Amino acid sequence: MALTLMKGSEAIAEAAIRAGARFFFGYPITPQTEIPEYMSARMPEVGGCFLQAESEVAAINMVYGAASTGARVITSSSSPGVSLKQEGISYCAGSRLPCVILNVMRGGPGLGSIQASQGDYFQGVKGGGNGDYHLLTYAPSSIQEAIDLMMIAYDKAEKYRMPVLFLADGIIAQMMEPVEMPDMVDFKVDPEKKPWACTGWKPGDDPEKRAVINSLFINTEDLTVHNAVLQEVYAEARANEQRWENYKTDDAEIVVTAFGTVARIVKTVVDELREQGVKVGLFRPIAVWPYPYKALAETALRDSVKAVLDVEVNEGQMLEDVKLALEGGKPTHFFGHCGSQFPTTDEIKEKILAIKEGM
Amino acid sequence: MAVVFEKTPHLTDKPFHYCPGCNHGIIHRLVAEVLDELDLDGDIVGVAPVGCSVFAYDYFNCDMIEAAHGRAPAVATGVKRAKPDTLVFTYQGDGDLASIGTAEIVHAAHRGEKISTVFVNNAIYGMTGGQMAPTTLVGQKTTTSPNGRDEAWCGAPIKMCEMLAAVPDSYYIERCAVNNNANIIKTKRAIKKAFQYQLEGKGFCMVEVLSTCPTNWGLSPVEAMKWLEENMIPYYPLGVYKDKGAAK
Repeated sequence: MALTLMKGSEAIAEAAIRAGARFFFGYPITPQTEIPEYMSARMPEVGGCFLQAESEVAAINMVYGAASTGARVITSSSSPGVSLKQEGISYCAGSRLPCVILNVMRGGPGLGSIQASQGDYFQGVKGGGNGDYHLLTYAPSSIQEAIDLMMIAYDKAEKYRMPVLFLADGIIAQMMEPVEMPDMVDFKVDPEKKPWACTGWKPGDDPEKRAVINSLFINTEDLTVHNAVLQEVYAEARANEQRWENYKTDDAEIVVTAFGTVARIVKTVVDELREQGVKVGLFRPIAVWPYPYKALAETALRDSVKAVLDVEVNEGQMLEDVKLALEGGKPTHFFGHCGSQFPTTDEIKEKILAIKEGM
Repeated sequence: MAVVFEKTPHLTDKPFHYCPGCNHGIIHRLVAEVLDELDLDGDIVGVAPVGCSVFAYDYFNCDMIEAAHGRAPAVATGVKRAKPDTLVFTYQGDGDLASIGTAEIVHAAHRGEKISTVFVNNAIYGMTGGQMAPTTLVGQKTTTSPNGRDEAWCGAPIKMCEMLAAVPDSYYIERCAVNNNANIIKTKRAIKKAFQYQLEGKGFCMVEVLSTCPTNWGLSPVEAMKWLEENMIPYYPLGVYKDKGAAK
């Protein structure tokens, strides 16, 4: 199949449509505005619906409503806008509604910057909204990977009945790369497969089949049961949905952990330092929830590994998961910026060489 | 034996949790009777609010969605856009619709969203135990306005019908009450009209229903109805505020 040069935001939007998304609700915010712009033109071509909401709060609640019918629905925003969506995301998780949410991360906190960042890792994987819930969370490091993950996102969301979050940074959305775009999926709502959805019910029908999309369980016993169901789902996702990449880690003395765009910078560093004889490798989570703790432990707790370095464009948010995986088993270092400044290969190399010096 | 009165099919068998004298029971019944009469073969989705009627999803016998506080019009928008042939209604109180949910209701009206809203205004936050609402009357005592609502401090009560009638693409806006049999019949007629306009593909419709809250007003059900007539109706006049479908 031919490769096409596409901008990340447009490629991700097109992939969502190819994956069966027919409803987009959003609100403009830099650096993801090209996604609603693309959707506004493209959705009508495929018989879908683009609607610009009055706020991110309204947009996620429109997602909640449309997803309640079993349709494939998507919204996108960037960090401050995703903060506004947290209420609705918690409701989607609590009501077990499959949907896809894109966060094209920019610098924070508050209004922050409009440049790329990785500052919403905590928000994405450690909560964000209220209550005990998780989102299946993908952190693509290339446009092609974002497309490929989008093509499985709805199947996963529907299998587990949970929202899927894409933690992409502004660079993924703004850059252009040659990509292979998959064929259109033929998706239709199947009431048999989605007995929970609002697909039509009338008095006299089986009362068990009346759809009630709800996250309220006023009796503590009922809420306990509901949470137990959620936790079972999360346990199943933890068992089946971990995704990661090992890059030149087999004989590594120093393992670098990184996700998203930063991992690509680290890959260049690994290649260049390897040419100088430095045994360094990269461990890259592709899904940051569920986090690949076991795979990281197996990679980094080997005898050959002397130290671990985590690199992020924040003040060390994924670092907490790296440390949980290693349980103090290896010296763990961190290098990062939190002002939307991406580290250069030279900066990372310097850090790795300093660690090697001290080993 | 002839049946003279029976439970209406669009209400479930679940007993209402509402306080004695509360008007939600009457208004639920009216909505359900209208749903029966429209005979829609199941293509109905109701959206419940947060507030006293939060459990409406347990009472209305159709597909139901429980929305976050104030967000029902946005949720209903999502449903309606995904399934345009479905009758979609929201059932919201005054704290939900007229305070935390003003953006959602105003913009649903502005988009001419083809949904119908039943707005129950009892001038107080009932579920949380009687706090001041944006609809609380000047001088009305609540747990957060212990000396009575002070207009100089918190402004005058919000008039949603007047506000939404001014929105270009709202289609039908009426304020009703269920304080006597005549008004109950008028309220049912208004709800039916709002739902029928939606089925005809017209724009946004809202029926406000003035309601009592004897528990939090500290009055008996009879006294509460009298208070509504003497205080609420003069400030919130009943009537049709907009009807684009009315014969010219």
